[in-house]
Amino acid sequence: MSDLKPGAPAARSLLDTVAAADDELTTATPSTATGGGVRGEGKLPRRTFKRYFRETGWRHLVGIGVAIFAIFPLLYIFSASLNPGGTLLTANALFSNFNFESYADLFNSPRHPYGAWFINTLVIGLITAAGTVILGALAAYSFSRMRFTGRRFGLTTLLVVQMFPQMLAAVAIFLLMVAIGDIFPALGLNTQIGLIMVYLGGALGVNTYLMYGFFNTVPSSIDEAAKIDGAGHARIFFTIILRLVAPILAVVGLLSFIGTASEFMLASVILIDPEKQTLAVGLYKFVSDEFSKNWSIFAAGAVLAAILPVALFLALQRYIVGGLTAGSVK
Amino acid sequence: MTTPTIEEPDTAEAPRPTKRARRAARIAEAASGGWKVLLFKVIALGIIDAMALYAILVLVQSDQWVIAGVVLAVTAFANWIYFSRGHLPAKYLIPGLIFLFVFQIFAAGYTGYVAFTNYGTGHNSTKESAINALMLSAQERVPDSPAYELTIVEQLGELSFLVTDPDGDVRLGGEERPLEPVDNAEMDGGKAVGVPGYNTLSFAQIVADQQRIADMSVPISDDPNDGALRTPDGSVAYAYVSKLVYDEAADTMTDTRTGVVYSDNGTGAFTAPDGTELLPGWQIFVGFDNFTRAFTEESIRAPFFSVLTWTFVFAFLSVFLCFAAGLFLAIVFNDPRMKSKRYYRVIMILPYAFPGFLSALVWAGMMNQEFGFINVVLFGGADIPWLTNEWLAKFSILLVNLWLGFPYMFLICTGALQAIPDELQEAARVDGASAWQVFRNIKLPLLFVAVAPLLIASFAYNFNNFVLIYMLTGGGPRDVSAGVNVGATDILISMVYKVAFVGSTADYGLASAFSIIIFLLVGTISVIAFRRTKALEELV
Repeated sequence: MSDLKPGAPAARSLLDTVAAADDELTTATPSTATGGGVRGEGKLPRRTFKRYFRETGWRHLVGIGVAIFAIFPLLYIFSASLNPGGTLLTANALFSNFNFESYADLFNSPRHPYGAWFINTLVIGLITAAGTVILGALAAYSFSRMRFTGRRFGLTTLLVVQMFPQMLAAVAIFLLMVAIGDIFPALGLNTQIGLIMVYLGGALGVNTYLMYGFFNTVPSSIDEAAKIDGAGHARIFFTIILRLVAPILAVVGLLSFIGTASEFMLASVILIDPEKQTLAVGLYKFVSDEFSKNWSIFAAGAVLAAILPVALFLALQRYIVGGLTAGSVK
Repeated sequence: MTTPTIEEPDTAEAPRPTKRARRAARIAEAASGGWKVLLFKVIALGIIDAMALYAILVLVQSDQWVIAGVVLAVTAFANWIYFSRGHLPAKYLIPGLIFLFVFQIFAAGYTGYVAFTNYGTGHNSTKESAINALMLSAQERVPDSPAYELTIVEQLGELSFLVTDPDGDVRLGGEERPLEPVDNAEMDGGKAVGVPGYNTLSFAQIVADQQRIADMSVPISDDPNDGALRTPDGSVAYAYVSKLVYDEAADTMTDTRTGVVYSDNGTGAFTAPDGTELLPGWQIFVGFDNFTRAFTEESIRAPFFSVLTWTFVFAFLSVFLCFAAGLFLAIVFNDPRMKSKRYYRVIMILPYAFPGFLSALVWAGMMNQEFGFINVVLFGGADIPWLTNEWLAKFSILLVNLWLGFPYMFLICTGALQAIPDELQEAARVDGASAWQVFRNIKLPLLFVAVAPLLIASFAYNFNNFVLIYMLTGGGPRDVSAGVNVGATDILISMVYKVAFVGSTADYGLASAFSIIIFLLVGTISVIAFRRTKALEELV
């Protein structure tokens, strides 16, 4: 853990933890079964309840308490979404009603084009994620495999640039997009291509660091073997390296997708027409306009909007571990 | 990561390849590439070049020579890189770097530039266009002025006035294009009805474009004081002159009705002797004015400092609370005897996986004072102002951020704890250390080494945690006495956003100055903190 790159926290540690936790699942279970000499109590046929409680029982109490805290708002919003025509007040009667009408209403109101928001978010998120992965992987490959003047400088610059996040430059980006829009209306303010280009401006940086670290773990003997077999750098990169580093590509892609999908500040500044906005901007405007009146419709929108990121997140845990254990090294 | 990194030290650059090695590499390169790769390369670059060429043409047409030059240079450079042999790193780096330069480095630099101007509502263009806009907005029809026979003509989507003077001269002009004589117009009974190269608009087209035509104002000559022609109906034009008169030599605006003289005294707008400004003004360089305003102007300084303090308190407490909770849970669940940890873990990760902006909105609903779940159900109909009382709003924000952030810290701490070898603990226990001592003196320092960079990153993230603040409380409750639009729970970044984009007035200059201040603060703190964690690492 100690060689964690400072700029690459989230996914890196996620990789470690999840891997560790899954190891523990396979290794720790037998060790509890055999009792394994921890102060000898495993040999006893049965612990007294008092003892059990002092050693592990209270942990379950803590766990249940935390689990309730963690899951309650999610259950609340799910329940609210099943209560059609509901307001904030009626949402308080949890699970008193099971009806999917709000979900239908969501797509039938011209004042909040939810379907358009959803598709916009998907399209912007996916293109940005793909672009981020491609641009980041290209850069990471050159930093990891090539030695050139300015390499160290480039890597440090990427870290330093990250200290001025794009959010801080929102004003400048807005003015820049206005200027671009004057000349190229298709790329400037109020266009999704423009927003994607802005997001890709942040494609290098943390992501490159994350991938760079992972690229370094792929032995360069693989490249050299391929080179001897007559493969050029492009072939090595696209057909060998990219496959070996697939887990980190997936992680970066996912983080970028989730980050883009919930980004509010730049999206709200650049996208003006309601039909062009993303879920974050649209749902915020929707809630702030008519807060308590259409709570169940918002709830339905929130549930739908959250399903994909949550599912991806949970599914990817397994994928990462799979990628790690299948291993790239022969 | 447990896998070793295989980075070579930078100082030991690889030895210069020999001539033979280079030739071998070239042959291998050529043999592996093949015509498909080359074809792909040509097509991809061809598309990019075509787009760049189009961009350059459009830019040249709108007189943006500098930008056109930059686009040309970048495209030429990219072509040279991709078609030459070698320059391998550049081939891989260029695509990302172009975006990085335009939308991050240039944007950062431009933020710095804007911070030194008075850019904002009322000051958003050049002096020339401000003068034009002023004169346009003050236009009035000249009493008893002659009527000009008018035909509206169109070329490439741009409308022009084809005007027949009362004395028979035919002239043509458009928006910002003063009237010029035309000699080959098609005449119809003393009225010009068409001119070669232009389409004459039919009545139906005029009706369809009525608003645009009514808004047109065609200067009679180069001198803005001569006035302009406008048409109410598309068939007759009248002369309008501005009640403002611009005196180019003295650089003053005179209101012909009141006689007040407005002069340019360097504030970016024409100003009367009594201090009233004519808006729109124009953009000027104001030096450190915006920064000085942030620190000295009373109506901005007070809210600025309270926002600054709260930003630090919020970021620090958020990291601290989340870390404490995450560490506690990691220790609780890091016991091999405990079963079904996996289920707890999945449930606890959920807040982290749930999109942040939705969480904030959901919590805002639950914390609603009148109808929210917390007041109505949990507190049995109490009327607790969770989001509208200054201190409770701050508490609520910390609580929601704890909900959002503890799973991440839990994951990190679990990982870090499991990475600490058990032997250390066993050795300490053999030496007679208590469980607490083991934790305090062995595990905690080791843990800190691993997670300190993440804590700093988390601090920097929370320092700019715009979504949470803006979606949960909107920065409110509003501080009504402040000269800028801020509330009790606003942090610096949400203040930047509100100053620039919320409300009827925008002050881009001031907002950019705040951005620069935030950058300096976060940058300084991060650098210091990273230095200290390095020291920590060496210590252990």
